[in-house]
Amino acid sequence: MASEHAVGTVEHHKETFISKYVFSYDHKMIGKQYMITALVWALIGMALSWIMRIQLAYPAEQMPWLETVLGRYAEGGILAPEYYLAMMTMHGTIMVFFVLTAGLIGTFGNFLIPLQIGARDMAFPFINMLSYWTFFLASVIMLLSFFVESGPAAAGWTVYPPLSAIAAAIPGSGAGQTLWLLSIGVFIVSSLFGSLNYIVTVLNMRTKGMTMGRMPLTVWAIFIAAILGLLAFPVLLSGAIMLLLDKNLATSFFIPAGLYIGGELLSYEGGSPILWQHIFWFFGHPEVYIVALPALGICSEVIATYARKPLFGYKAMVASLLAIAFLSFIVWGHHMFVSGMNPFLGSVFVLTTILIAVPSAVKVFNWLATLWRGKLHFTPAMLFAIGLVSLFITGGLTGIFLGNAPIDIQLHDTYFVVAHFHFVMGAAALFGIFAGIYHWFPKMYGRMMNNTMGKLHFWLTFIGIYLIFFPMHFMGTTGVPRRYYAFTEFEYTMQYGGMNEFITIAALITGAAQIIFLINFFGSMYLGKKAERNPWNATSLEWTTDDPMPGHGNWKGEIPMVYRGPHQFSTPEGKEDYVMQSDNTGFEGLEREN
Amino acid sequence: MNHDAVLEQKKIMESEWGGGKAPFGVSWRKYMMWIFIVSDAFTFGAFLAAYGLFRVTSEAWPNTYEVFTAFPLIPFEAPMLFVAMMTFILICSSFTMALAVSASYKNDRANALKFLGLTILGGSIFLLCQVYEWYHFIHDGASLTGNPWGTPLFSASFFMITGFHGLHVLSGLILLTITALKVKRGFYERRGSYEGVEIVGLYWHFVDLVWVFVFTFFYLL
Repeated sequence: MASEHAVGTVEHHKETFISKYVFSYDHKMIGKQYMITALVWALIGMALSWIMRIQLAYPAEQMPWLETVLGRYAEGGILAPEYYLAMMTMHGTIMVFFVLTAGLIGTFGNFLIPLQIGARDMAFPFINMLSYWTFFLASVIMLLSFFVESGPAAAGWTVYPPLSAIAAAIPGSGAGQTLWLLSIGVFIVSSLFGSLNYIVTVLNMRTKGMTMGRMPLTVWAIFIAAILGLLAFPVLLSGAIMLLLDKNLATSFFIPAGLYIGGELLSYEGGSPILWQHIFWFFGHPEVYIVALPALGICSEVIATYARKPLFGYKAMVASLLAIAFLSFIVWGHHMFVSGMNPFLGSVFVLTTILIAVPSAVKVFNWLATLWRGKLHFTPAMLFAIGLVSLFITGGLTGIFLGNAPIDIQLHDTYFVVAHFHFVMGAAALFGIFAGIYHWFPKMYGRMMNNTMGKLHFWLTFIGIYLIFFPMHFMGTTGVPRRYYAFTEFEYTMQYGGMNEFITIAALITGAAQIIFLINFFGSMYLGKKAERNPWNATSLEWTTDDPMPGHGNWKGEIPMVYRGPHQFSTPEGKEDYVMQSDNTGFEGLEREN
Repeated sequence: MNHDAVLEQKKIMESEWGGGKAPFGVSWRKYMMWIFIVSDAFTFGAFLAAYGLFRVTSEAWPNTYEVFTAFPLIPFEAPMLFVAMMTFILICSSFTMALAVSASYKNDRANALKFLGLTILGGSIFLLCQVYEWYHFIHDGASLTGNPWGTPLFSASFFMITGFHGLHVLSGLILLTITALKVKRGFYERRGSYEGVEIVGLYWHFVDLVWVFVFTFFYLL
């Protein structure tokens, strides 16, 4: 039992269309399935943000085409307020769960772990396949909620009760909210299947010589994010079950006594809405890092590769990932400073929150030190990785503001918060996805993406994101609240009419720039230049496969053995400026001994 | 050639974590069950923490010794006797599970099958007892939205926590039945490892352990 390892060869069974492209057991195909599904979701989520932005820039302006597109959501060409809230809720839900969580850890966790640690496939390919299809089912349920009579969920992606629990409170809290909770429940099962596989694969399936300390940083980051998901998602599952009971079977876990809706006293008794916030954010804060860590891992690897330098402080990078992961479980209270919290408890949460700045700063300085005097190759992947560092710094600094209870009480639920999390979580993680796609596309599809288009895509997106979100800091500091349908009622919010219009135009252009990416992505799949085996002269194991685009089983012959750590660029040994992890120069003969 | 690097590499290849083998000799299947158990513990942890909060914040929490007094065929009140018996049966089923694992590792198919059968029997009796208890509780007027003894959250948390645990027992019974059939058909013998029995056993012990917590926190305290 000691050595139950996939060193043997995978039997080559005949593959049909269904077994190869639909219910595939191949981790690479499953990764691609996640990627394509997440891309579709990203487009839907972006379209929702456009609708919100158009409403904010041109409130009360009749736009007949809006009714053509949205139907009853925008009768008379004006988006209805309750559906504005629905768009906002669904934008957040889709982006956080279906794009950034599934799109990052689902795509790169599946695609990269076996290739980078030297395994034929995941430990348990069957539940890996199941993981994608449960995710697909969750997607279908969430998509269905757009088409129910009362519209999709509208209580924000955090679905705070009582608003989310009582159908009479807002149309979205009817069938739409029920579907939302069911979909998230199924999503959690999918995430559990994925996490189980990622963790045991990393523990048990590493090839000979691949110690934990020799794993590329991407694998480390995904491994730690999988542990976070494993511990955080079940808590949300418990909360979702209780909320579902409150909503549909009239329990009052989260609903207090004496609640009036529409002048009518409700019969609920004894529940606590604050409890939902505790449960949600106990999940919600680690969730931020489930999203962020894989992006940070990809960024580290990409920066080292294109700076042609070993990653500065590999061990510190791993340690800081672990520190961030640990701290993420004891900071959730900073989302609840205005929910009514003992000031002493609040100050504990301030301390733990600000502590996260330390490992985050370690990461930033290590990236900068890796870039310092490197031989930089500004490929699209590298540009997106450097862009990620920039966004991470900008969003991280505003995090220090928001982590302080006295400042947060002022800034809570303003556009400052919107700016903060879109930089540090939204855009930074998205840049991680882009960096990863540009970097590993040759391995995924055996062809190269177009560099010029990639660079254009980067600059438009990078500048666009700063133009969209940076002005929101100023709006937030003057107290402009988030989640408002229009800013036409108060003098101090009206002054930002022009700025809102500016942000909307920037958002539309930045969104349109993604078409360049789509053309590049789908075009290169068929028309791109054929990729070599190792086009970036990178060092990790995925670049040692016999074909540029490996089949099921990854290596035709034996899986290579590993002799050194990852990211060995420009080291004294070796004639090239890189040494592959599998390069056995200096270790001749060791292979035969084992 | 760097002598130290070669020595280092040799050391790595021999170590548990050096790749190419399973650390601590634990297969990925068993790791996966352990990790799943940790994850599931967080689900129950959240339920129990929520229950704790309800209990602390409710003005009057019903006295469970006055609520759970029914015992079939006994005319007088017997506080906690029935649930104590249920708990005892479940713990006994954990014991027979351990015996099944031990027998299967000795390749003793007959005994493995016998003890798996006893485990399934114990689990089924527990589940039937739970049906009786729910029936009685509902009969006395408890529902998800209210009960005669006090705050509605009392009965709501009862149904939620014991219901969720009961679902785990039920899925455990299904897994045990599948395992028993596999033992009977010689599946594990052909595979050369009875590890599957042990993995199901891990799950079963976990479900029992959760019940001990539920029993302690919901009934006794």
